[in-house]
Amino acid sequence: MIQTISLWIMPMLILCILSYATFKRAPAYEWFVEGGKEGIDIAISILPYLLGMFVSISILRESGALDAFIQLFVPVLAFFGVPAEIVPLAIVRPISGTASLAMMTELTKVYGPDSFIGRLVATMQGSTDTTLYILTVYFGAVQIKKMKYAMKVGLLADFVSVIVSIIIVKLLLM
Amino acid sequence: MIHLIWALMAIIGIVYAMIHGTMEEVNEVILTSAAESVTLTIQLLSILVFWLGMMKIAQEVGLLQQITKLLTPFLKRLFPDLRHNNVALGYIVSNVIANMFGLGNAATPLGIKAMQEMKKDSKDGEATRSMITFLAINTSSFTLIPTTVIAIRMQYGSVSPTDIVITTIISSFVSVICAILFDRYFYHRDIKRNGGWKE
Repeated sequence: MIQTISLWIMPMLILCILSYATFKRAPAYEWFVEGGKEGIDIAISILPYLLGMFVSISILRESGALDAFIQLFVPVLAFFGVPAEIVPLAIVRPISGTASLAMMTELTKVYGPDSFIGRLVATMQGSTDTTLYILTVYFGAVQIKKMKYAMKVGLLADFVSVIVSIIIVKLLLM
Repeated sequence: MIHLIWALMAIIGIVYAMIHGTMEEVNEVILTSAAESVTLTIQLLSILVFWLGMMKIAQEVGLLQQITKLLTPFLKRLFPDLRHNNVALGYIVSNVIANMFGLGNAATPLGIKAMQEMKKDSKDGEATRSMITFLAINTSSFTLIPTTVIAIRMQYGSVSPTDIVITTIISSFVSVICAILFDRYFYHRDIKRNGGWKE
């Protein structure tokens, strides 16, 4: 059911826009091309921001420093009741979307999708987005250089999300 | 803060590699990750061209404005300095709706358009208040259907892959609310400290 819905949303959206435009006798194709051209400029201007961030994160990960950093945090987060198994995911989630998806998949495989850990990592992965990526792409696209407190807000919300996920999964599913 | 985080990640990585003998991996990943980001940008390019094209039609034909109208009273509270910027509000609404349905592909171009609109109020490349509120909502992402996660759960034989939908909705709802509260807190703290940003 849910899958059918998510499969249909995008085509239905396109259908709505195009039939409304046709009904209004608007030059839809012309506007489409015009809007699309802007997309090219935006993508090109994001590239250096994305590339810089990707390289930096990858160096941290491949050197092994990220793993060491995570181990450092295990006792701190354990104090807040965060299970040790999911600490790496909690730390990586705001930094890298692909890495956290890989971790979530791995944990699902090891502990089983219907275990506490399995349900918890699924909730964590789904309920927040990759803060660093969002800030890089959105601020990069419009060339904002001073982010002010945006990063703090994003990371604090990520932390709250982990805690809330743990509580909710424990209360509702276990 | 972003300058510091960015530089520190690389510096710590390289120093760590010096000590632990992982320089070979680091050396390799510098090139591969750069290439990876180009691939990602190309994927993003196709999405951006397609959805910005579609949204241009939606905007020109008046669809976007109609959606915005429905949510205007709520939005004006959340983004007080966009009271008179209906175009920006339109993009923000569409971005949030796209995110809710897990259409990350469609959401990003819309979000960027919203940012472009908001940039008109920005001075010297500084983030505006609304930009930060908007990104706070985006990074904590209000999701209704976490499609990828459900797919993974199915792949590993979950008896009810969708039972995490409700926990995801609650958790992301709470984190969005908290993000908005944090955003308000830091905004007012900055005003007190610096003698303020004008609205």
